[in-house]
Amino acid sequence: MMWFFRYLLPWILAMAPAALTAGELIPTPEFSGHAIPTTEFPEGPADWRPILDTAALVVALSLASYFALVNRSRRNLLLLTVGSLCWFGFWRGGCVCSIGAIQNVSLAAVDPTYAIPVTIILFFLLPLVFTLFFGRTFCAAVCPLGAFQELICVRSIRVPRWLDHCLGLIPYIYLGAAVLLAATGTAFVICRYDPFVAFFRLSGSANMLLFGGCFVLVGLFIGRPYCRYLCPYGAILGLVSSVSKWHVRITPTDCIQCRLCENTCPYGAIQPPTIDQSPADRESGKRRFVALLVLFPLFLVFFAWLGTFLKVPLSRLHPEVRLAEQIREEELGIAEKTTDASDAFRNTDRPVMDLYKSAIARQNHFGRLGGWLGAWVGFVFGCKWIHLSLRRRRTDYRAERSNCVACGRCYRYCPNEQLRLGFIQDISELVPEENGNLKNEDRRSKTKD
Amino acid sequence: MPNATQTKNRRGFLGDSMRVAGALATCSFFGYLAGRKGRNRELLWQIDPDKCMGCGNCATHCVLDISAVKAVQCFPMCGYCDICTGYFDVGYTELDTSAENQLCPTSAIVRTFIESKAGQRFYEYTIDPAKCIGCAKCVKGCALMNGSLYMQVMHDRCLGCNECSIAVACPTEAFCRVPAEAPYLMKRQAIPLVKKFSIR
Repeated sequence: MMWFFRYLLPWILAMAPAALTAGELIPTPEFSGHAIPTTEFPEGPADWRPILDTAALVVALSLASYFALVNRSRRNLLLLTVGSLCWFGFWRGGCVCSIGAIQNVSLAAVDPTYAIPVTIILFFLLPLVFTLFFGRTFCAAVCPLGAFQELICVRSIRVPRWLDHCLGLIPYIYLGAAVLLAATGTAFVICRYDPFVAFFRLSGSANMLLFGGCFVLVGLFIGRPYCRYLCPYGAILGLVSSVSKWHVRITPTDCIQCRLCENTCPYGAIQPPTIDQSPADRESGKRRFVALLVLFPLFLVFFAWLGTFLKVPLSRLHPEVRLAEQIREEELGIAEKTTDASDAFRNTDRPVMDLYKSAIARQNHFGRLGGWLGAWVGFVFGCKWIHLSLRRRRTDYRAERSNCVACGRCYRYCPNEQLRLGFIQDISELVPEENGNLKNEDRRSKTKD
Repeated sequence: MPNATQTKNRRGFLGDSMRVAGALATCSFFGYLAGRKGRNRELLWQIDPDKCMGCGNCATHCVLDISAVKAVQCFPMCGYCDICTGYFDVGYTELDTSAENQLCPTSAIVRTFIESKAGQRFYEYTIDPAKCIGCAKCVKGCALMNGSLYMQVMHDRCLGCNECSIAVACPTEAFCRVPAEAPYLMKRQAIPLVKKFSIR
């Protein structure tokens, strides 16, 4: 330690006041035979990369739509899936991503200082436009997260209908929370809790790997758990897909109701024909529907009120509020030790009261936003109930528009498709006549919606 | 009364026009967003060296095994000190390059003798980016003197995550998004010095 007192301390003491008052530095010496070098920095990513990514997205979307709707080839879709996984997943590290773009777009819509790259806007927009016309072909073979789950789904178990409906609400709630947190500049939760990005990069924190590992494990037995029960972009695409111009059809011509496709969908997206209701059922259904419509606004208000309780937990996600809490605890002597953030704060000349004021304003803001989030959750619940109480008549086996991810597994099970491909000469080769057209009563006993 | 095909046609036409209108509306909204503040090129993560406190989170929180953040030397700001507080550990025994005297855990700082003037010896300190792990120990040490060593995100390594994991862990919110045209920052104090030396 002697050196410190002998050389350094006097030097620091001599320099420090000067440095504090005038910001003066020890001057760089003038050398006779040595030029002061300039710092070399490695170059940033190339100019053409965003253009290439956008072009790849357009090509992949077009191919996926063609393979799913015109070509009707599961094999081609699968090849494209592998290609997308390699490109958008492993090569680009899962980061330029339509799912994450939700957050950039919400931040850009609220914060005028945030400059959003055009690539990200296109990555958000293009799948939406394609879905509006062709259904969720983006999910089928373009999205790297979907591709990953598509390839690991080896033995799928049917999720009970009621559970599927309940879990299917999570993406909407997650979407609301993600938009709220991104728009306030608090956090990009979708990126933070992306389960597969650690696999794409072949590195990541223990939490990320654990989270991803759980999804892989579940994904082996339940088809696409992330897409169905968490993906917020999938929620948007599902809504858009339900009004799409064209959509995947199980059969190339007419449904003969042979029921061969019924169990082929690992994602539970094939709907059987509806059973005619008895007049009594219809009456009670109508009454329930009216009751729900009346209850709907009450629902919104109730959930909005519940949402205001999110004020504190939501605001704690913001670094400034966390810092203010830490400083407050330190001032009151509750905190055991200071953090890096509080140390850094004390090095600035910002007054503590200023921080408190700002943090409290933020907390109140989050209280209002929590109310909105609550109202959104209420809206989602209400819409789901109303949607479930509505009955539409279906006479065929059909791919449910919002849940079908156009993976193409069901095509080959349809006898009409086999006929189209020339594998069989006549439908009766596959479907014996007595099973072919099931009577309504039979179906009633065999299927439950 | 219109027959079935007419109803179907009308419905199809209405549906199509709704779809086109929806597509146009979303496109124009995003066009507006892009036009307002959009950029043709990517935004990249960078550290504002004036805010950085050298906590060392950069070394541990990056999604890469070896962080994309590394220390850099701003030569026009450096004092070329003999006893460099960024190079030597506080408990050093001798002013040499042996490992126990160095602050850097990977000995990524190269110390080169330049000149002896008026009884003072001057050394140049260069960071070897291949060895640097971004622990910021030298940055903290150098802050005692001139503070010419500072942390920067190296864009040949950075993956450009949408939400940077280090930014989440950064105690001083020193991470910001910068345009890809000018992807590196320097300290406010360094700007006039760099200009002075580049003119010379």
